[in-house]
Amino acid sequence: MSEASKHRTIKVNTLTRVEGEGALFIQFKGDRVSDVKLNIFEPPRMFEAFLHGRHLTETPDIVARICGICPIAYQMSAVHAFERALNIKIDPMVRMLRRLFYCGEWIESHALHVFMLHAPDFLGYPDAIQMARDHRAVVEQGLRLKKIGNRIVSLMGGREIHPVCAAVGGFYKVPSESDLRTLSEDLKWALDASLATVKLVAGFEFPDFERDYEFVALSHPGEYPFNEGRIVSSKGLNIFVPEYEEHFVERHVKHSNALQSVLNGRGPYFVGPMARFNLNYPQLPEVARQAAKDCGLRLPVSNPFRSIVVRAVELVFACWEALQIIGDYQVPEAPRVDFEVRAGVGCAATEAPRGLLYHRYKIDEQGLIQFAKIVPPTSQNQKQIEDDLWHFVPQVAKLPADEATWKCEQAVRNYDPCISCATHALRVNIQRS
Amino acid sequence: MSSKRAAAAKRPKIAVFKFASCDGCQLSLLELEDDLLALADAVDIAYFPEASRSMTKGPYDIGLVEGSITTHHDAERIQQVRRQCRKLIAIGACATAGGIQALRNWHDVNQFISAVYASPEHIQTLKSSTPIAEHVPVDFELRGCPVNKYQLVELLGAYLAGRKPSIPTYSVCIPCKRRGTVCVMVAKKIPCLGPVTQAGCGAICPSFNRGCYGCYGPMESPNTGALTAAFRILGESDRQISRAYRGFNAWAWQFRKASEECERS
Repeated sequence: MSEASKHRTIKVNTLTRVEGEGALFIQFKGDRVSDVKLNIFEPPRMFEAFLHGRHLTETPDIVARICGICPIAYQMSAVHAFERALNIKIDPMVRMLRRLFYCGEWIESHALHVFMLHAPDFLGYPDAIQMARDHRAVVEQGLRLKKIGNRIVSLMGGREIHPVCAAVGGFYKVPSESDLRTLSEDLKWALDASLATVKLVAGFEFPDFERDYEFVALSHPGEYPFNEGRIVSSKGLNIFVPEYEEHFVERHVKHSNALQSVLNGRGPYFVGPMARFNLNYPQLPEVARQAAKDCGLRLPVSNPFRSIVVRAVELVFACWEALQIIGDYQVPEAPRVDFEVRAGVGCAATEAPRGLLYHRYKIDEQGLIQFAKIVPPTSQNQKQIEDDLWHFVPQVAKLPADEATWKCEQAVRNYDPCISCATHALRVNIQRS
Repeated sequence: MSSKRAAAAKRPKIAVFKFASCDGCQLSLLELEDDLLALADAVDIAYFPEASRSMTKGPYDIGLVEGSITTHHDAERIQQVRRQCRKLIAIGACATAGGIQALRNWHDVNQFISAVYASPEHIQTLKSSTPIAEHVPVDFELRGCPVNKYQLVELLGAYLAGRKPSIPTYSVCIPCKRRGTVCVMVAKKIPCLGPVTQAGCGAICPSFNRGCYGCYGPMESPNTGALTAAFRILGESDRQISRAYRGFNAWAWQFRKASEECERS
C-alpha cells in the first residue's frame, strides 16, 4: 500500500526502435500522472538557418538529409514549394511519377515500422531479429516488402537513401515504360503480402484505449493524398495550404530540441496514417477498403495502437497505386520543365509516411533562399504523444515497472516518431510518485 | 556450456552509435534486407537502439559511429564510446567530415539558433560540427552520404576475417567511365565534382544527367585547383563554386580549403 502512495517514475533514457534520439519521462503517484515529458535530445542541426543563401536547385538534396528514412518527403515538399513560388506547371506524367516515387517511400517506411519497429511490441520481442527466431516467415515477408519499396526508389532515383532524381520542375531523369514494368511482378506479390499483413496485424491484441482526436491530413477529392490537396481536420478545418501558418503555431518547450506544433486555439492534433485514413477513406481503392472492412477497422479509428493496422492498409494502397501508375505510365515529353528564376514565396505540404510535412521558402531574384520554414510530422505529433501518455499511464500504473515502461514505449511507437526529422528534435522517462 | 551457447559467445559483438545525423547510414544496415538475418547470425548485434530494445553492455568488438559531434554532451559521450570499442568505424559524411550541419562552422552559431528557436536559451550546442576523428582515434572512415551498404558489409567482413578492407580511394570518374556514362562536364558543360570526389556511390548522378555533388567527400589527393579553374571556364561564379564544395562534406579539409579560396577571390 505504501508503495502505491509513493512517487514513482518511468524513465526511458534512450527510446529504442524509433528514428533518432529521444527519451521519455513520466512521473506518477498511485495511478495519477503528475508529469509527462517526451524529451528530444537529438542534437539540433538547424537546417532552416544554413539553407539561407543556398540556391533553390540545391535545396531538394539538402533537405533530404533531414531524414534518412523519408528523404523523398522532404524532396517532394521542397520541389512543390518552389514550383508554387515560381508558378511552374509540371507535366501530368511527372505528377504521376512523383506519386509512384512516394509509393516507394511509403512501402519502404511502413514495412520497416510495421515489421521491424512496431510488431515486436505486440509479439513480445525486443527486436525483429529475435522475433525472427520464432516468426522467421513474418520477418522475411516484411524485409521483402521493404525491399520492393526500395526497388521503386532506387530504380527512379539511383539509390534507396537520398535518391538523386528529384528536381524543381520535374526529375533529372525519368524511367522508361519498360524500366517500370520490371517492378510489376514484385508489386503484385507485395500487394498480396500487404493484404496478408493487414490480417496478421489486425489479429494482435490492442489495449482498450480510444480518444477524441483532431486528425489533420491533406485531402484531395480524386485520390488518396500524396502531394496535393487541402488541409482538412476531423473537427471542421478546411484550408488551402498557404493558410497553414494562420492556423498552426510552433512552440519551443524547454525539454525538447524539437519545436512542438499546435492548432491555434485548439491544442494538439494528430497527423499520419490514422489521420489520412479517417479523412480520406472514400478515396482508397476498393481493395484497401475491403481489407479494412474485413479486419473490422471502423471509422473513425481512434485507438492509436491500431495504427499498425492502418499502416498495413496503406501498404495495400501504395502497392495497388504503384501498379496502376506503372500500367498507365508513358514517358513525358521532357523530364522537367525549364523555368525562369525570380523572387517569390512558395509553400507546400505533402504526406510523408509519418504525416503532413509543411515547407515554406522565400527566394530572391537569383533564386537564393532568404527564409525557410520546415514543419515535420513528428513536431506536430509530439504534443499528442505526450497527451496520450497522460491518459494511458493510469491503465498500466499497476503493472510491474519494466512492463509499464515497455507499454509506454509502445504508446510512443504508435506514432512512428522520427526524431531526426523533428530536430532538424525524443527521450521516455517514467517517474512514479 | 552447450555448443550453441559457445558459438554465441564467440560471435563478435557489434554496436551502433548515433550522434548528429539523419539516421540514413545506420538504416543502411537494415537495408541489407536479404542479408540482414544472415548478418545477425554471424555477429551479435549487441547495441543498436534504432532496431532493438535490448542493449547489451560493452565492450564491443566493433563500434559503428554515425553522426557528427555538435554538443558538449556528445563530445564526452564519444570518449566513452571509444573506450568500449576495440575497433571504431566512423560511417557516413557526418561522422567522417561533420556533415551538412558543419555549414554552421562558418557562421555565428547563436544567430543560427535564434533563427530556428524562439527560446535560444534552451538550446545547448557547440560552435562547430566536427567529425569523430577530431575527438578520438578512429580505425576506419567509411565515406558517403549515405554510405554504400555493400561497402559496409565489405568492411565488416574484412574486420571479422582480420584482413584489410577493399575500399577504393580513387575518383568517382573511374566507375563513371566504367559504367559508360558520357562525361556531363565535357559533353553538357554541367559542373561536376566527380574529378575530386571519392568513388563508392556507383557514379549515380552523371547517369541522371547531373553533376556529382560530392557526397563521398574528397578523393585521395584531389586537384581542387584545377577543378575550380574548369568550373570558372564553364562560367560559374566564385560564390557558386564555393557552394558546390560546401555540401555534405564541406568541412573535409580539401573541400574546405577549396571553398575558402573561392570566397577570398
